[in-house]
Amino acid sequence: MSQPQPIRASLFVTCIVDQLYPEVGVSVVRVLRKAGVDVDFPEGQTCCGQPLYNSGFTVEARRLAERTLDILDDRGYVVVPSGSCGAMMRVFYLDLFADDPEMLARANDLSHRIYEFTEFLSDVVGYEPRTVGAANGGTTVAYHPSCHLLREMEVKEAPQGLLDAAPGVERVELPDAEQCCGFGGTFAVKYPHISEEMLADKVAAATASGADTLTACDMGCLMHIGGAVSRQGLPLRVRHIAQVLDSGAG
Amino acid sequence: MAEVVTRQFVPASQAAVKDAQLRQALRRAGTGFDGTRREAIEEVTPGVWEQWRVQARRIKEHTIGHLDYYLEMLERNVTAAGGRVHFAVDAEQANAIVSEIARANGVWTVTKSKSMVSEELGLNHVLEAQGIDVFETDLGEYIIQLADETPSHLVAPALHKTRGQVAQLFADQLGVPYSDDIEEMARIARVVLRQKFLDADMGISGANFLVAETGSLVIITNEGNGRLCTSAPRVHVGLAGMEKVIPSLQDLAVFLRLLPRSATGQRITSYMSMVTGPRRSEDEDGPEEFHLVIVDNGRSRLLADPALRESLYCIRCGACLNVCPVYQRVGGHAYGWVYPGPIGSIVTPGLVGVGQAKDLPNASTLCGACRDACPVQINIPRMLLHLRHNIAEGPEQYEGTGSDTESLLARGFASVMSSPRLLNIGRRIGRRLLAPIAKGGVLGPTRIPLVSRWTRARDLPIPAPRSFSEVWRDELAGQQSNRSGD
Repeated sequence: MSQPQPIRASLFVTCIVDQLYPEVGVSVVRVLRKAGVDVDFPEGQTCCGQPLYNSGFTVEARRLAERTLDILDDRGYVVVPSGSCGAMMRVFYLDLFADDPEMLARANDLSHRIYEFTEFLSDVVGYEPRTVGAANGGTTVAYHPSCHLLREMEVKEAPQGLLDAAPGVERVELPDAEQCCGFGGTFAVKYPHISEEMLADKVAAATASGADTLTACDMGCLMHIGGAVSRQGLPLRVRHIAQVLDSGAG
Repeated sequence: MAEVVTRQFVPASQAAVKDAQLRQALRRAGTGFDGTRREAIEEVTPGVWEQWRVQARRIKEHTIGHLDYYLEMLERNVTAAGGRVHFAVDAEQANAIVSEIARANGVWTVTKSKSMVSEELGLNHVLEAQGIDVFETDLGEYIIQLADETPSHLVAPALHKTRGQVAQLFADQLGVPYSDDIEEMARIARVVLRQKFLDADMGISGANFLVAETGSLVIITNEGNGRLCTSAPRVHVGLAGMEKVIPSLQDLAVFLRLLPRSATGQRITSYMSMVTGPRRSEDEDGPEEFHLVIVDNGRSRLLADPALRESLYCIRCGACLNVCPVYQRVGGHAYGWVYPGPIGSIVTPGLVGVGQAKDLPNASTLCGACRDACPVQINIPRMLLHLRHNIAEGPEQYEGTGSDTESLLARGFASVMSSPRLLNIGRRIGRRLLAPIAKGGVLGPTRIPLVSRWTRARDLPIPAPRSFSEVWRDELAGQQSNRSGD
């Protein structure tokens, strides 16, 4: 297949991946490159401001949103491996700057060129995972649709389609998949007793699915679910979808 | 007004999640209602459900946007039909109006069909204090009245009770032999209530809708009790929040499609009653007097705030409760007032003041399931965010509701995140401090304040040795795109 111009995209890796899960960022870059995307990583990026915005601190959230816009202005496509940070930048920046026409214009511009990782691969690149090469061994994967990806970014088919097409990956249904895992950012520490109940149900569903791997497009949810899986010593791998698609990451 | 215990959300919800019987009741009812709701929507021609939602929302937007106009039209037409309209600013005034109607008519026995507004007003206790016997006639409401409790769900007030608990309650309170057969329990209630319907001097009902152009009060029930309450006694008092008005009968149609499907998964409700004024000379039955009490009780505050106004579009179907992962774990009583769940987390702070209900907007993961389920497309997560903003740093009336510690943490977080250099220093310090107590790269149970609230059930990864930014700089930046893929 010939492709006249490589698609160029800037990666907004998210602060949680940057600081806690750099290996996820590496898989994101590898998969994007294998899909023929020319990846760029704008310097100086940190947090999009979502934790502050969700806690009601809009003044502080604007500080971070503004510096994020400074970094991402005029960058073309922006790819973010998270539905919740993606939703913040695509949807909630517009609310955050509703009363500031100049900032709103910049936020609006970003909202039209920012894509969640799987959404970008599927809708913009038209990527077929078979080009990744053979996966090492078979793996059964259950997919957890994270809430903001599903209901704010409205990305539903792309991650499942990529998993279904990936060689060596067998996707199995996750019971009650669209139930929230109970993370909710600061919710998990403000109301741990409720969060843990939701988490227990999600972990039980993942176990019941029979999958050896649970995947999602958000490291926040996966840190939460994975934290319980590791605490309970369950035989379940918890991995970002980029890691599942990146056969080289083993 | 009904007692407000919203400040107790944390201890109440802590107790609720440990209550196995409550959990069982919630699971059964929640998944039951939501399952039938989804089935009822699926059998509607694709796309049409969404058209109905849009249409209903437009009607509500229009009516709430011109509320003064439609309330005046309603008052005119109720009066023309021989009824009387009373406007109550707050609960106290509403209770006084109903009490005065009862006194003027020599009322000693009242039957009630389901009314959330009357729960909000705490009306039963006010009437009882005057020696009036008040009987709830909706089966769920009757159960919680016997138990001296408050509703825990908008549609199914006794949802928190298991069948066995109700059987025991009937045995204790009514002196009947214990039976947990649902038909038998319904029969017992029917026998008791039938006599009350015959005895009652006054019937009190809520209103699902008020039709401005005809001056009609519309109630929807499955038990037919509403019809008996509004037609058998000498006096009928209808209670309604001021947001219940819709312009015309034509507008009613779409809500009659949306409400039963969203509430219980029914295509159509069992009973729909429309009350237009008292009995006319040619009528065989009906009340001699009809009063409509329209209640504000804080709704003007919601109306005045453009960001919260759409909470007044709610038709109290309860669908958002049935899909809410938080409501499904903690039940209705934990919310501490009459309106629970996602919509209650907006309406309650609006009506009782956010200062004493600040947990409600915060106790949500913002998962958005409520918005998807709402037949009027109310954007509940957006309003929760707005309330959180008001609590954290909002206008005058919300000042003092936020937490200083949280505000300090937020500012600290923003400062660190504003500087990639600070962030990296922070990561290295964090890693150095935590690495000695971490196992396999994660932190187990710990006593570190705040962190312990995470680690009580989940391990926590410690900061990575190198950030992604460093990995990019050192390894990835120079590499080429691998376009062909193999």
